[in-house]
Amino acid sequence: MTAVADLMDYAEVVERYDPVLGLEVHVELNTNTKMFCGCPNRFGGEPNTHVCPTCLGLPGALPVVNGTAVESAIRIGLALNCEIAQWCRFARKNYFYPDMPKNFQTSQYDEPIAFDGHLDVVLDDGEVVRVGIERAHMEEDTGKSLHVGGATGRIHGAEHSLLDYNRAGVPLIEIVTRPIVGMGERAPEVARAYVTALRDLLRAMHVSDVRMDQGSLRCDANVSLMPKGTEEFGTRTETKNVNSLRSVERAVRYEMTRQAAVLAAGGDIVQETRHFQEADGTTSAGRVKETAEDYRYFPEPDLVPIAPSREWVEQLRTTLPELPWERRRRIQQEWGLTDEELRDLVNTGAADLVAATVEEGATPGEARSWWVQYLNQQASGREVELAALPITPAQVARVIALVNSGELTNKLAREVVQGVLAGEGEPDDVVEKRGLKVVSDDSALITAVDEALAAQPDVADKIRGGKVQAAGAIVGAVMKATKGQADAKRVRELVLERVGA
Amino acid sequence: MSNISRDEVAHLAKLARMAVTDEELDVFAGQLDQILDAVAKVGEVASDDIPPTSHAVPLTNRFRTDEVRPGLSQQEALAGAPAAEEGRFRVPRILGEEQ
Amino acid sequence: MTDLTRLSAAELADKIHSREVSAEDVTRAHLDRVAEVDTDLHAFLHVDADGALAAARAVDSGLARGERPASALAGVPLALKDVFTTRDMPTTCGSRTLRDWTPPYDATVTRRLREAGVPILGKTNMDEFAMGSSTENSAFGPTRNPWDRERIPGGSGGGSSASVAAFEAPLAIGTDTGGSIRQPASVTGTVGVKPTYGGVSRHGLVAFSSSLDQGGPCARTVLDAALLHEVIAGHDPLDSTSIDAAVPPVVEAARRGGDGDLSGVRVGVVRELSGEGYQPGVLASFEAAVEQLRQLGAEIVEVSCPHFTYGLSAYYLIAPSECSSNLARFDAMRYGLRVADDGDHSAEEVMSASREAGFGAEVKRRIMLGTYALSSGYYDAYYGSAQKVRTLITRDFTSAFEQVDVLVSPTTPTTAFRLGERVDDPLAMYLADLCTIPANLAGNAAMSVPSGLSADDGLPVGLQIMAPALADERLYRVGAAYETARGPVLDRMPELKGAAAK
Ligand SMILES: [Mg+2]
Ligand SMILES: [Zn+2]
Repeated sequence: MTAVADLMDYAEVVERYDPVLGLEVHVELNTNTKMFCGCPNRFGGEPNTHVCPTCLGLPGALPVVNGTAVESAIRIGLALNCEIAQWCRFARKNYFYPDMPKNFQTSQYDEPIAFDGHLDVVLDDGEVVRVGIERAHMEEDTGKSLHVGGATGRIHGAEHSLLDYNRAGVPLIEIVTRPIVGMGERAPEVARAYVTALRDLLRAMHVSDVRMDQGSLRCDANVSLMPKGTEEFGTRTETKNVNSLRSVERAVRYEMTRQAAVLAAGGDIVQETRHFQEADGTTSAGRVKETAEDYRYFPEPDLVPIAPSREWVEQLRTTLPELPWERRRRIQQEWGLTDEELRDLVNTGAADLVAATVEEGATPGEARSWWVQYLNQQASGREVELAALPITPAQVARVIALVNSGELTNKLAREVVQGVLAGEGEPDDVVEKRGLKVVSDDSALITAVDEALAAQPDVADKIRGGKVQAAGAIVGAVMKATKGQADAKRVRELVLERVGA
Repeated sequence: MSNISRDEVAHLAKLARMAVTDEELDVFAGQLDQILDAVAKVGEVASDDIPPTSHAVPLTNRFRTDEVRPGLSQQEALAGAPAAEEGRFRVPRILGEEQ
Repeated sequence: MTDLTRLSAAELADKIHSREVSAEDVTRAHLDRVAEVDTDLHAFLHVDADGALAAARAVDSGLARGERPASALAGVPLALKDVFTTRDMPTTCGSRTLRDWTPPYDATVTRRLREAGVPILGKTNMDEFAMGSSTENSAFGPTRNPWDRERIPGGSGGGSSASVAAFEAPLAIGTDTGGSIRQPASVTGTVGVKPTYGGVSRHGLVAFSSSLDQGGPCARTVLDAALLHEVIAGHDPLDSTSIDAAVPPVVEAARRGGDGDLSGVRVGVVRELSGEGYQPGVLASFEAAVEQLRQLGAEIVEVSCPHFTYGLSAYYLIAPSECSSNLARFDAMRYGLRVADDGDHSAEEVMSASREAGFGAEVKRRIMLGTYALSSGYYDAYYGSAQKVRTLITRDFTSAFEQVDVLVSPTTPTTAFRLGERVDDPLAMYLADLCTIPANLAGNAAMSVPSGLSADDGLPVGLQIMAPALADERLYRVGAAYETARGPVLDRMPELKGAAAK
């Protein structure tokens, strides 16, 4: 392994240097099919089973653009306040790599579908930073390689590699910021907040799964430093392999402290790709970019230009959902939350989920209680983000409705949620399959109550004698007999009724 | 306009991922030079005011509906592979990194 | 009994559909002819006797059950250029790298032929990846010209045209990127058509230069070419550049042209496509052809297309640029020839070594030329300027077609040259496509139809007819009228059988 890098104390870094950030985010769209062929766009699967001549790059096969992907690209551009191109083309980006079947990536070059936009990002203390968006363009994903042999399954030291092209050709939108300057010590936080805002936005639009852990949202962080008082950007590094929101922040911070130490020692920053190490929060050098790569871009002759009509663009604009931060502002007012309460809600990642649950008919209080408490525990237990739990706001709202109508007790409701999380289907399916319905049929309950009274005649007498608290023992027996599926309040009423108290 | 050297040919061969022999380098350097001299003629009439044509027949907006179409089975996909293992294409160890 | 191989496709179709002869017998006759002459000619890289006979028998049994023929050409066999994918036959593109590759899918053209009941006799020889004008760049050895076996059959589709000229197949499919259907047609005395770009699907056509490549028919008569054109043309949702419009009425135009009347048709003679560098016998043949058109009633006008002289240069930038990218996929990772995979060499080294071993000299030359033309610093001067020339040539066509209905020129400046004569001189080789390239750059339709034999060497000469994009039918009307007036050409070809036996 390489020697541990010298690092500069963070406070000193921000005293002596101004950081410049550039963030490139690749988002996999959640279309049914790939960008240029009809293969399923699905995560995982047996290797090389979601492939066809086109995405395998077989000789003679041709691409045809997925219209829904173009629609998503335009919607994303609009949500990022971009201009939408009147006319644009795909281009070929030529370079050799075994996971890229044609040895060129069909991408967009000097004619992106969306450009010149911005995203307003809210920091933890409520400050709003406007991040400039240079462009958002369409392209295709690569296949995946599995490195066999060697120590760690990594590329270095591997004996050979195995290629799976299921992911090759999955539609990607690449979103590139303008240089983010003037953030000072908050630069790492801004980086995280930007990616978070982007993720929330794309999720609200239902255009992507935005799962950083599965790679459907990937962030490359470009970082450079310039000595305070100067305006010329320094040499930058590009850190890849940043797989969580927290890592975005850590990677930027680490690069700042590493680069500052190099510069302070009179060294030069090497323009290179670096890899983030999740385990220790460091970055390590990858491929050196000797000179700018010569990708020999040229217009893709197999695809015709895209010229979105203004009517189409305006129609797509009407499909944009309420933006997450607008929605937050609204729910704060409607629910009467303090800034702090809202921030907690946002920080657990629950705000949008709660709002969506409310939109499905639950009250804000019920929805908050489920997401912030029970479901948040479940997420921590599984070490996933709240939004990654396999339950939707609509399903949570349905569980709440079942409780409110008396069909489920709170205890049963939690069991139903467990069933949903376990993939047993919709809440109603779980109720049905697990037989969890509250016994609300009085005649069934009366039989159970009578049996319990008959089994404990002494208790029955006590109740009859005015010792109403003794009813608890009978209620308990009935609840046990009905496996907890009775409404305890109703059972109590029936007990008192039956003994004639 | 052109004057292509042996080194440049070697660089092109590298960009194009082709191992070329020393002998080929000499032959290609001469031939590419000659060809480039001839085709540089396009510069005589390609003035700034002329738009380039990338597609002969002007079409736009050819989209496919987002519906799954049958593709290849794993066996068909791998049928032409020089080597395969565990349902995947087997290739020699990769030196470079992803872009 | 008539020799079935001497009949036209239209005549064969009539006899098969009226059940005068069986498709099986027709196919067998052609297979026999292939067996007899192809060891010498080498027009075919692969012959699929079983597949062709099975397809023929399927047509026969359908007809026996009283079904209507699946197409006007049902039962008429054909030779397919080895650049179209076929599930049941190798597809090599004349390259070592694909020597053993059998694709898992059929090209749209292949599928249309199968659906039309056309038995596919086999795959024809070609310059590697369609790069060349002589078929000498095939990794599997050249095809010989049936008129003179020491001469080239043209290229890249020399195998297709030679098979038709030698009566091995009544029909063939070629592809034309810079003249690869028309120039071989010209030097073998056959008919070849490059349809309007986008008229015939490129799905499954292994790409050389995507913005120029176009599949089209090879035949011995204009009507046969039209019949085949209608079978293979039409919109294909799998090709984004495919034209979504009705196929031009080419068969009707060919039949109408057969009446021999061209009154009211304006024919433009392209001033820039003649003169210095053209063989005297070719020019004489061309002038006679123009005179013949005049006698058929056509109005002859001389027109100028000043930028055509830049076409060759633009072509030799655009086509290599696109090919450098299209052929990048041949990297020995997923298919194709792999060498040096000894556990020692990296993927990168294996790619380089395999591409070195798998490609021939002309392919390498063009890949490097294209890599150069696209590289940063040179793009504007080379590729960018070539695309501007493309605009200028398109404008030349547009203004010419304001004056005339079709344009004519010789198809190629010389008759068939000798094997080996230009192999080491790329620029001389490239001149063979001088007249055919403008139509590829602009995307419009063009045909080569034989204009008799050159007085200086007794070899075939081609008349090129060019029509505006989407007006392919004009080629067929003028071509058929001229063909009728001109009379037969192929019957003057020396007999091949003796040669095969030598
Ligand atoms: Mg990209
Ligand atoms: Zn696919």
